[in-house]
Amino acid sequence: MNLLAKLANLLIAISICVICGQTVLAQQIGSVTAQDGVLPPRGVFAIRNARIVTVSGPDIDNGTVVIRDGKIEAVGASVNVPAGAQTIDGRGLSVYPGMIDAGTNMGLVEVPQGANGTVDLSEVGDFNPNAKAIIAVNPHSAHIAVTRVEGITNTVTAPAGGLISGQAALINLLGTSPKEMAVVPYAALVINYPRVTGGRGGEFGGSQQTPDNLSERLDANARELDRLRKMLRDADAYGRAQDAYAKDKSLPRPDRNVVLEALVPYVRGEQPVMFRADREAEIRGAIRFAEEMKLKPIILGGDDAWKVASLLKDKNVPVILTGVFSLPLREDDSYDTLYENPAKLQQAGVRFCISTGDAGAEVRNLPMYAGMASAYGLSKAEALKSVTLYPAQIMNVADRLGSIEAGKMANLVITDGDLLEIRTHIRYLFIDGRPVVLTSRHTELNDAFKNRR
Amino acid sequence: MKKIFLILVLAFVGSVADAQTSPETLIKNATVLTITHGTLQNTDVLLRDGKIAAIGKNLKASANARVIDGTGKYVMPGIIDCHSHSMLDTINEGTLSVTSMVHTQDVMNVTDVDLYRELAGGVTTLNLLHGSANPIGGLNTVVKIKYGRPASEFLFPGAMPGIKFALGENVKQSSRPNQPGVQRRYPSTRMGVEETIRDAFARARDYKRAWDEYRANVGKDKNLLPPKRDLQLEPLVEVLEGKRYVHAHCYVASEILMLLNLADEFGFKIKTLQHVLEGYKVAKEIAAHGAGASIFADSWGYKIEAYDAIPYDAAIMTRAGVVVSMNSDSDERARRLNIEAAKAMHWGDLTEEQALRLITINPAIQLGIQDRVGSLEVGKDADVAIWNGHPFSVYSRVDTTFVDGTVFFDRQQDLAKRADLAKERAALEQADPNKPAAQGSSPQAPRRRRPSHEDDTIEGDMP
Repeated sequence: MNLLAKLANLLIAISICVICGQTVLAQQIGSVTAQDGVLPPRGVFAIRNARIVTVSGPDIDNGTVVIRDGKIEAVGASVNVPAGAQTIDGRGLSVYPGMIDAGTNMGLVEVPQGANGTVDLSEVGDFNPNAKAIIAVNPHSAHIAVTRVEGITNTVTAPAGGLISGQAALINLLGTSPKEMAVVPYAALVINYPRVTGGRGGEFGGSQQTPDNLSERLDANARELDRLRKMLRDADAYGRAQDAYAKDKSLPRPDRNVVLEALVPYVRGEQPVMFRADREAEIRGAIRFAEEMKLKPIILGGDDAWKVASLLKDKNVPVILTGVFSLPLREDDSYDTLYENPAKLQQAGVRFCISTGDAGAEVRNLPMYAGMASAYGLSKAEALKSVTLYPAQIMNVADRLGSIEAGKMANLVITDGDLLEIRTHIRYLFIDGRPVVLTSRHTELNDAFKNRR
Repeated sequence: MKKIFLILVLAFVGSVADAQTSPETLIKNATVLTITHGTLQNTDVLLRDGKIAAIGKNLKASANARVIDGTGKYVMPGIIDCHSHSMLDTINEGTLSVTSMVHTQDVMNVTDVDLYRELAGGVTTLNLLHGSANPIGGLNTVVKIKYGRPASEFLFPGAMPGIKFALGENVKQSSRPNQPGVQRRYPSTRMGVEETIRDAFARARDYKRAWDEYRANVGKDKNLLPPKRDLQLEPLVEVLEGKRYVHAHCYVASEILMLLNLADEFGFKIKTLQHVLEGYKVAKEIAAHGAGASIFADSWGYKIEAYDAIPYDAAIMTRAGVVVSMNSDSDERARRLNIEAAKAMHWGDLTEEQALRLITINPAIQLGIQDRVGSLEVGKDADVAIWNGHPFSVYSRVDTTFVDGTVFFDRQQDLAKRADLAKERAALEQADPNKPAAQGSSPQAPRRRRPSHEDDTIEGDMP
C-alpha cells in the first residue's frame, strides 16, 4: 500500500466525528517523513467510548480521555468532550498508558556489529560520569519508530562500559532533537558494580568468564571498588568546595572539574544511581556500597534479586529486572527462575519493574517480557504495572508518566485488545499529546515489497 | 571437587532419567490444536506405545492408563526448532571454507540442561546445525529431546540427513579484524562465496562421475580400481542425488538469489534458507525454487546484513507459497517459540492456523519428518505438549511435555522436586571441598561445561 492509500485508510479508520463542531483528527497527521522532521502538532483530542485502563486506579469500562496541549486534561466515565476537540471513537478499543522500558541503550547504537561508526555506547576509560546519553541519542534512529509503534512510549537510555558508564536519560520516543525527546535528560548515573565473572555490564560489556582464581578476582574487584569510592569522595569534596566558594568569594577559587562536577548531584543522593548487578554477591555489594556512600541506588539487571528480596525490601532499593528472558545463571537453577523473579519480588514487597535490557532492536518485545512474568506467577494487573507505573515510580517521574490521570503527560496507547498480548494491535498512539503515525522502517519496507509478484 | 560436581550433575540427570513412562496416557476434554485438521474443542487424545492412538470424544483407556484432565487446557504437537545448536559442544569447524566432512552428531552433549529448559517450553525436536563460519559447513543432526537418555536415543529415526551452508558476513569474516602477517581465509566477498560453493560442487560432480563410472564398469573389469574416497565430497554427492537436505544460512536478497541460481544450475534443491531475513524481497524466487524458509520472528539490526529485516518476513513469504518456519538459533529463544510464532499474527496478520504451522508441521516438512511429527494425527509419534492456556497467549505456560508418549517434562513433578534439590545443594555447599579457603581447600566456582550457543546474534557470533 502506498502512503496515500495508507493515509486514506487512516482517514476512514479514525471515524471522524464532525458533529458538535469537532474537527478532523486526520488533518493533523502528516506523512512519516514530515513526522521525522516536523512533530505532529499538539491540540485537543478526545478518545470516547473506550475501555480505559488507568493502571493507577480502576478500569473504566466506557469512558473518555481528553488530551489538551500535551497533557491528559480529564479522564472518566462521564467526561464532556470539549468543543473543537478532535475525537477518536474508542468503541471496542482500550486506552493504556504508554509502556516504559527503564533499561535500554535506545538511540546510542544503530548497528552493533560491523558498523562501529553507529555505536556510541561506551566511552574510553573507567570513569565517565560526564558522558551523557542525551548528548548522543539519535532521534532519527530506525529503532525509535520501530519501538514506539508497539506502544512503548518511553525508555531510559543508558551508556555502558567502564566503572562509571555515564548518565542515562529518560526520553520520549518521539522528537526531532534530543532536547525534544528528553523527559529527564540526566535521569541516573550508571555504575557497573564489579563482577565476580569479570567483564563489564551492558549489552556489549565484554564476555563474562568463570575466574581461574576466585581470590584474585575478588581482590581485583575490591581494588576497583576502592577507586570508585575515592572518586565519589572526591566529588563530594569538590561539591563542598564549590559551595563554600559560592558563599564566600574571599576563599581561593577551586578549579573546575567537569568529571567531579557531574557526580555531585549523585553523591548527594539527589539523583539515583543505577548499579548494574545480577548476581547475589554483586547486588548485596551494591546495596552495601550505596549505603556507605549515601547514594540512592537502583539495581539494574537483578537476575538474583529473588535471592536478596528481603534485603531489597528492608533497604527500599528498587530493581529494574532485565533478565526475564535470560537463561538462568546456574545450571541447577529451576528452569523458570528468571520467569518468576518478578513474582517473587512482588510477593516480597520489593519495588521492581520489567525491562528488556536491550540496546534497541528488541525493546519492542517489552510486553512479552511482562506477559511471561505473568505466566509464572505475577498477576496480569501487576504485569501491566511493571512496564508502566512501576518504571515511572522507580525513575521518579510518576507525576508525569505511567498511568492515565489528569495532569500527566499524554503518552497513550489505544489498542484492540490486551496491551501485553502478542496478537493485539496498536490502533492509535499519542506521545507528549501528539498523535503519532504508526509507521516505521519496518512498515515501509513491508509496504514496498509485500505486493511484489 | 570433581566428585562433588559429578554428584551435582547426576542429580540433574536423575531428575528426568526417572521420567514417567506410561504405556498409555489419556488427556481428556482439552482444546486440541491438531494443526492439520483444525482446532477441536472438548476433545480427548490417547497416547499409546509412543504413538497418538486416538483423537476424539469420550475415548476410553485401559485400566492402568494415566488420565489427565485437560479441561481448560490446550494440547498441541511438540514444537520443532529447525535451527538449534543446543547440546553441541562446538558448532564451527571454521578453519576451511568447506568442511562437509565434519558431523554435529559427534559432539552431542546429552547433559546440557538447556535441553530440559526447552522441553519446558513445549519443544520436542531440534535440528542441530553446524555454525555459519564457512560457505559449506558440517552435517546436521535431527534429534528428539530425550533428556536423560543416551545420545543414541536422541537421534530422530528416518530424518533426512542434511548439511549446513552459509553466506554473507559470517562467511566473509567481515567482522574479524585484519591481523598483520595473517592471511585472511578465502573468501572475503560474496563473489568468493559463490565461487567457493561452485568449485566444491564442480569437484563433487566429477567425483560422482568417477564413482558412477567405476560402479558401471567394475562388473566388466575386475581389475578396475575404485576412486579414492573423499569424505569432503561424499555429502555433496548426496546433495546432488537429492539424498541430503541443504540448510543454508543467508541474509540479503542478492546472496539468496545467487544460491538458488547456483543450485538450479547444478540440479539440486535448497531445502531451507535459514534466517533469510531479506527473503521477503525475493519471495517469489524462493517459492519458484521450492526452498523453505526458517526464520527469526523479529530479530533485526544486529549487523548490517540484518538491517533490512522486518517482522513481516513470515507473512510475505507464506503468502508467496513458501513453507516457512520460526526457529530459535538460541538456547534461550528456543524456550518460547510459541511466542515467536504468534508474532506472525501480530505482524502480517497470518491466521492462527498459519502461525501454528510455523513451529510444527512446516519445520517437520523442512526436515523430512512430517509423516512422524508436526501435527496431532492418529499414528503419528506421541510428541505432545499440554499448555495451561492458548500457546499464543503470553500468559500461558507448559504443564507437561511428552516425547514418544513418555513424560520428559512435567511442571508439577518439577515443583515437587525443588525442596529436595535445594537441600542437596545446601549439603554440597557444606562439603569439605566447597568450604571457604579458611576452612577447607580453595573454592572454585563450577565451570559451565559449554556456553549456551547462539550462532548468529551479537552475544555469541561465530568464534
